[in-house]
Amino acid sequence: MDDQTVEKIVAEHQGSLGGMLSILSEVQEKYGYLPQDALRRVAVATGVSLADIYGVATFYRAYSLKPRGKHLVSACLGTACHVRGAPRIADELCRHLGIQPGETTADNEFTLETVNCLGGCALGPIVVVDGRCYSNVQKGKVAEILRRTRAGLGEPRAEHGFPLTIRCPHCRQSLMDPAHPIEGVPSIQLTVCWNGSRQTLHLSSLHGRQQVSGGPEIPAGSIVGLACPLCRRDLTDDAICPECGADLARVRVEEGATLTICTRRGCRGGRLDLDIPGVEAADRPSQE
Amino acid sequence: MITLTINGLDVTVEKGTTVLEAAKFLGFPIPTLCHMEGLTPYGACRLCVVEIGAGSAAKLVTSCTYPAEPGLKVRTASARVVRARKMILELLLASCPQSKTIQDLASKHEVTQQRFRQEHEDCILCGRCVHMCEEQMMAKAIGFRGRGQNRSIGTPFDVPSEVCRQCGGCMYVCPACSLRCTYTEPQKAICGGCANLSPPCLEKDPFNDMMCYMDPCVACEIKKP
Ligand code: SF4
Ligand code: SF4
Ligand code: SF4
Ligand code: FES
Repeated sequence: MDDQTVEKIVAEHQGSLGGMLSILSEVQEKYGYLPQDALRRVAVATGVSLADIYGVATFYRAYSLKPRGKHLVSACLGTACHVRGAPRIADELCRHLGIQPGETTADNEFTLETVNCLGGCALGPIVVVDGRCYSNVQKGKVAEILRRTRAGLGEPRAEHGFPLTIRCPHCRQSLMDPAHPIEGVPSIQLTVCWNGSRQTLHLSSLHGRQQVSGGPEIPAGSIVGLACPLCRRDLTDDAICPECGADLARVRVEEGATLTICTRRGCRGGRLDLDIPGVEAADRPSQE
Repeated sequence: MITLTINGLDVTVEKGTTVLEAAKFLGFPIPTLCHMEGLTPYGACRLCVVEIGAGSAAKLVTSCTYPAEPGLKVRTASARVVRARKMILELLLASCPQSKTIQDLASKHEVTQQRFRQEHEDCILCGRCVHMCEEQMMAKAIGFRGRGQNRSIGTPFDVPSEVCRQCGGCMYVCPACSLRCTYTEPQKAICGGCANLSPPCLEKDPFNDMMCYMDPCVACEIKKP
């Protein structure tokens, strides 16, 4: 480690508040883990004490002080994944890899870790391999996931969230448009009604992203109508956005959830609701 | 200047004064453990709890970190405070039963039972040593590591630190390791000998000479011909 990698990374983040986390993340990305030598150099370069840096590096699960394998397999054991059978998936991963969570296989191919929530509760159980997300993992799918990873194949890489598969709640047809990918995954196709005109709009299907493409120029803050492009039925019902009070459009998520989208342009008041058997989505009190 | 009320008495203090300091100024005793003059208040041990506010809005806060506010009503020894304090001591004692500092605090506050599993940790994570090293010794040789259950104090990578001055300041301020107490009946968990003035060391032959750190120890003084 005689190059200037660490020093370069530190220089890029100089002066930014909370730069330590980004520095450590980048160092880890470079070496696959946080080597002792690199941490000492971060300390020298930033002027922060090694004791503090070590404290940060050991506090977050995302950082590893031990070398990791070529592929990182994270099985989510958060509450939602847990009740959907995540422990069985984790056991299956252990059995296939012959290691316990936190360990690395002898051939240095896989590191297995368990995490407490990946934020995609509606899609659980979730397994993330090298940043590729596998949702609704069944026990039988584990071997296949590992085989594909070994062979260098994988699901489309979703850096920023979980891709959702959306259906119209009325006609039950898929609204996914593979011909129009946003951020590498098929987008959601919707009809937007504004100022008397109907146009098609594409919405990122990554949960948590609000990327939109196509559709008319709409000033932020205006309220639009949203409809299914296939059966042309209105997607809004009496639900109201908890953030801004506008109508919410409601679509089905194939994995067993409801996604609401605020009809006010620019409002981020939509959310993903898990299906709870016996409870109608509309009856559930809002979180606020 | 800020005027607040502590146990019904008005006191005027400078802005930035903590409730603990204001109470001390009036002479109300509040037990503390992680607090130490000259070190940044950290609020780790919770022992210095006091009750602020009134009625259903009353709540417990740590006085060592709570800044005095105009018109604040503080009670340092309400039933709720005393109950919380005892519980905190019982918990601290469960994690470090060999700490003489904690044993003494426990007997002083009449903690008479131990309902928790004794962990025999050697640290209560009060952070005194870390602050001592950083703020008084300017060394920053030790720090907190890990999180939750795995939190611990030590040097980075568990190797001797090159910036440590070997001053011993960290050990000097530690309530858990500076004074070890032998507390003679481990199954009872609470010794209280020092405070009861009839130390168990007195009755137990094996403890005849190796008695404790009380200087002068009541037991030994009584025993002297
Ligand atoms: S002995 Fe070392 S670790 Fe302890 S206070 Fe002194 S410099 Fe810090
Ligand atoms: S080692 Fe002692 S001073 Fe340091 S945190 Fe633990 S109990 Fe407190
Ligand atoms: S009498 Fe001895 S054993 Fe008991 S609390 Fe005092 S020092 Fe500890
Ligand atoms: S003395 Fe206030 S929390 Fe420890």
